[in-house]
Amino acid sequence: MSTRLSTHGRLIDRSQTIKFTFNGKWMRGHPGDTLASALLANDQMLVGRSFKYHRPRGIVASGAEEPNALVNMGKGPTFEPNQRATTTELFDGLTATSQNHWPSLEFDVGEINASLSRFLPAGFYYKTFMYPRAFWKHVYEPFIRQSAGLGQAPKDRDADTYEHFYAFTDILVIGGGVAGLQAAKAAADSGAKVLLVEQSSAWGGRAMVDQVDSETVNDTPVDKFVEEITAELAAMPNVTMRLRMMGAGVYDHGYVLAYERLNDHQPDADGPRHRLWRIRAKQTITATGAIERPLSFAGNDVPGVMLASAVRDYVVNFGVSPGDRTVIATNNDDAYLTAIILKKAGLDVPRIIDARPEGGGALMEEAKALGIRVDLGRAIAKVKGSRRVTKVQICNQAGEGGVLDEVACDAVAMSGGWSPVVHLWSHCGGKLLWDEGHAMFRPDGDNPPRGASGEGFVRCAGIANGAMDLAAVIADAHEAGKAAAKEAGFTPKRSKAPAATSRADAALLPVWLMPQGAKTELRAKSWLDFQNDVKVTDVQLAAREGFESVEHTKRYTTLGMATDQGKLSNINGLAILSDALGQPIPATGTTTFRPPYTPISMGAIAGEARGEVFQPIRRTPMHDWHDANGADWEPVGHWRRPYAFVRPGESVEAAVMREVTNTRESIGLLDASTLGKLIVKGPDAGRFLDMLYTNMMSTLKPGRCRYGLMCTENGFLTDDGVVARIDEDTFLCHTTTGGADRIHAHMEEWLQTEWWDWKVYVANVTEQYAQVAVVGPKARKLLEKLGGMDVSADELPFMGWADGTIGGFACRVYRISFSGELSFEIAVKASDGQAFWDALMEAGSEFGIQPYGTECLHIMRAEKGFIMIGDETDGTVIPQDLGLDWAISKKKEDYLGKRAQERSHMTDPNRWKLVGLETVDGSVLPDGAYAVGPGKNANGQRNMIGRVTSTYHSPTLGRGIAMGLVQHGPDRMGEVLEFPGTDGKTYKAKIVSPIFYDPEGEKQNV
Amino acid sequence: MSKPVSALNGAQFHGIAEVRDLGLQGMITLRGDLTKPKLKSAVKSVTGLALPKTGGILSDETGSVAWMSPDELLLLVPYAEVDAHLATLQKDLAKEHSLAVNVSDARAMFSLSGPKAREVLAKLVPVDLSPGAFEPGMMRRTRMAQVAAAFWMMDEDTFHIICFRSVARYVFDLLTVAAQEGSEVNAF
Repeated sequence: MSTRLSTHGRLIDRSQTIKFTFNGKWMRGHPGDTLASALLANDQMLVGRSFKYHRPRGIVASGAEEPNALVNMGKGPTFEPNQRATTTELFDGLTATSQNHWPSLEFDVGEINASLSRFLPAGFYYKTFMYPRAFWKHVYEPFIRQSAGLGQAPKDRDADTYEHFYAFTDILVIGGGVAGLQAAKAAADSGAKVLLVEQSSAWGGRAMVDQVDSETVNDTPVDKFVEEITAELAAMPNVTMRLRMMGAGVYDHGYVLAYERLNDHQPDADGPRHRLWRIRAKQTITATGAIERPLSFAGNDVPGVMLASAVRDYVVNFGVSPGDRTVIATNNDDAYLTAIILKKAGLDVPRIIDARPEGGGALMEEAKALGIRVDLGRAIAKVKGSRRVTKVQICNQAGEGGVLDEVACDAVAMSGGWSPVVHLWSHCGGKLLWDEGHAMFRPDGDNPPRGASGEGFVRCAGIANGAMDLAAVIADAHEAGKAAAKEAGFTPKRSKAPAATSRADAALLPVWLMPQGAKTELRAKSWLDFQNDVKVTDVQLAAREGFESVEHTKRYTTLGMATDQGKLSNINGLAILSDALGQPIPATGTTTFRPPYTPISMGAIAGEARGEVFQPIRRTPMHDWHDANGADWEPVGHWRRPYAFVRPGESVEAAVMREVTNTRESIGLLDASTLGKLIVKGPDAGRFLDMLYTNMMSTLKPGRCRYGLMCTENGFLTDDGVVARIDEDTFLCHTTTGGADRIHAHMEEWLQTEWWDWKVYVANVTEQYAQVAVVGPKARKLLEKLGGMDVSADELPFMGWADGTIGGFACRVYRISFSGELSFEIAVKASDGQAFWDALMEAGSEFGIQPYGTECLHIMRAEKGFIMIGDETDGTVIPQDLGLDWAISKKKEDYLGKRAQERSHMTDPNRWKLVGLETVDGSVLPDGAYAVGPGKNANGQRNMIGRVTSTYHSPTLGRGIAMGLVQHGPDRMGEVLEFPGTDGKTYKAKIVSPIFYDPEGEKQNV
Repeated sequence: MSKPVSALNGAQFHGIAEVRDLGLQGMITLRGDLTKPKLKSAVKSVTGLALPKTGGILSDETGSVAWMSPDELLLLVPYAEVDAHLATLQKDLAKEHSLAVNVSDARAMFSLSGPKAREVLAKLVPVDLSPGAFEPGMMRRTRMAQVAAAFWMMDEDTFHIICFRSVARYVFDLLTVAAQEGSEVNAF
């Protein structure tokens, strides 16, 4: 059994006991425990079920590489699935449940999949669920979704908060082990600004476990050295140190994301739970250590089989023994450390099974001296046990697995050697070398990720760089720190790396399969990817079926595609693939390392962007008034505009109809503040606007307004609006609401890149003004009542503007109309907007004034046949399509879009053109409906000859009206077209003029 | 006639830093050739200040001149004096190709203050705000989360931030989220 020891446990505080639950059962642990160490201390080795076969799975590792111990954490609004128990710090009241089993962890019906495993090989889904086709959606997929998958998706809104932080540093050091600490020190000694981050809650990394008793730096024991250098760094003003912060991804231009877990270990604390650091570093040093590789032998996934390093981590760091009797299986010297530590802790190590015929070096001798039996050239044939290891069968490594011996045990510590953590190095293109001696990929220092200058901006240090013993690690890290400082523009101190001890290890023997010639039945139980249930036989099958690329094999077998991204499985898997393909490992290569290093929370990615600040909402000065007066909001870009002002008990539709009628009969008020207002000024302003608009603007007289169209270089209509000439040099261009920023940028682009010598300045003054349209036959009466300026037809005629005051408010009044009614658009300072609106509403009450929203605006403009950018246009429509030829100057030599509009497809008489549409029965045409013509196209579909672009019920006319684009439309007046609806009905509409109301324009010009 | 009001009308928040709507601030966008002596003297006559260097802001008790782009300045003057100053600029620069417009009401202005002000802002803007990297006298146009913003420092603990008026509520809310209790970064 696994249990808490009375000795060891450097990270835990035994003076305090905290309680937590696992699957509803109360357990005890200590501050400093991880959830994994606390579970082991409570003899809870079984922690989950595998993805595909629902095999019982136990804790394998002690850090970020853990594939099995994924749990659901928390409840309700703090529920989160797939949390690694090995990196979850224990806190009082923690609740965790295991995943992927039914009905319980101990008894799982899905386990039957395991006995069917012969029938569930790699590519099983692709091969099996092809036919009959309809079964995929209705039978297979629901079944697979039910039986596969890990944690559940949270149901409640996340109660926690998250944030980002932008940090800038000369040198970022990722990893707080001895290499990271030494690299940071060497870099910081140059005076460079250094940010040092460590993903766990303690400095020192593996050295604190592996080298603490035996090895020294500067003749100081390693733990003391860590303590000293940590204190030195903490005292340096140019160094920032953060624990619980993982380097998640390295990107172009020295951009690095780091994931800081602030409150995972103290969920009741104030403040954000996670913080995503968005770092710009001149140089990044990754001192990310290495990950131990499992060995591939039959039953290597039985709970109780663990990485050798993890076994000693649990003993040394947490005072937890994973088993009473632990068999060691190895191909290198490192695992002997585990045996020695276990033995010295008073635990039984019945056997060390070393695949190397010659065995190891000094550590082997030390183990033997402690009385541990070492079998050389041997291998594990099979691990016996289901929910827990009971014994191992031993065979020759060179053979096929004939059992020579059996040893009873309750844990197996395995080591297949170490793989440097090269993920961050590789994220942005750092290349790898195959190191034959250590059977591992390590960074190729000559091919780093390169920045804009062509120089590398990432370097690795320590074991992550392939330096495999303490002396080499310290020396490598020291040089990395100095080199990074130099590259960042600093002068490193002339200093030598501290001298450290070196271990005389015997060479490792690459072992990718144990035993070497394992029979199929053994290989079919030798796991590569624990989380996705990929075995040696699956990869071999993929190779046989022609999946030669490692990327293809990965996707076919799902090797390395689980949440652990193959941290334990990738190298072993590609070694098996290489063997099956008969090629050396570097010829196979690795799959692509992609960020993040381990999964980071969605909340951290979103940062502050949730709730009220999920997205900016743009508000006009009268926004709050609208909100308090029944506004039914419509998003228009980031703006919110009232769609209609709905009265209590009234439907939105009824409100719209009321607003149209009221505005046409008496007076309405529209908040038009969102329309873009761009000031264009300079001696060349007229010339500039002549190029931007299709019509002539330079001839406009000061005091007058003109409606204009803007096209893209490709001739398509992009924006429209009224231009007012303010003085000889100055114009004010109105744009659509959505066009303000876009057209401003459009103008600046042409001025800055093409017409840089034209004397024109542009300023966006959209938000300087609250603009109110006072619309309706009684509009002038209201303004005259408020008084202050002459708004008579003589003094301020249609399409004129004037400055003045109304009701005491300084304003500019434009006599323009988008409704067909007598209309004044009045701009006042935004800060006066609400007061001005109030004054209009109050003075207008005797005239029956009512505010109106965007839908009323739309209906009134459609009644008048005015086009709307985004309804009648969609980026493929030219002004000529809309019958707007009158607004296209024939005199001008050029304007943006002119040449494009002369091209053959633009002048094609078959282009669909704007017409009005009147349903035969007065109903409303469905929006976007297509008119069908005779015959079918090449795809067997009905030929289409037109479509509806705008459609409304007009209360003014008491019938449905619409606009549409129809082939030869203007030539087909009176013809009735058929529009099949999605509701099964076919609508019939007659082609008419698009101007339904007041075609002479008498009402607006009074 | 009623008093003009700023977008948030003096709203305040106290967290690990203090956020305050500063009410109405006179602002004039001036575009022109910044090397022309006429423009320099016009700015001087309106604000009493010289032209800031690239990326800079110069201030005295009544106002500031901020560099916005190679051909644009932002003049900060008392709200009530904007029209008078605009008239002066237009007169002084009548013969220079230039553009001076009132943008006072198109903007909102906030102060963010306290010893943690730097790191509260650093949660929202992609700018190096560490001491030494950003100091009083510097002007920065950038984005704040999802909207355009600009800021400068009045002193070691105080930022002034401007944004478009329509997103004043969003920016105020952003700052209050970033200044929430318990969210100290302690990075500077």
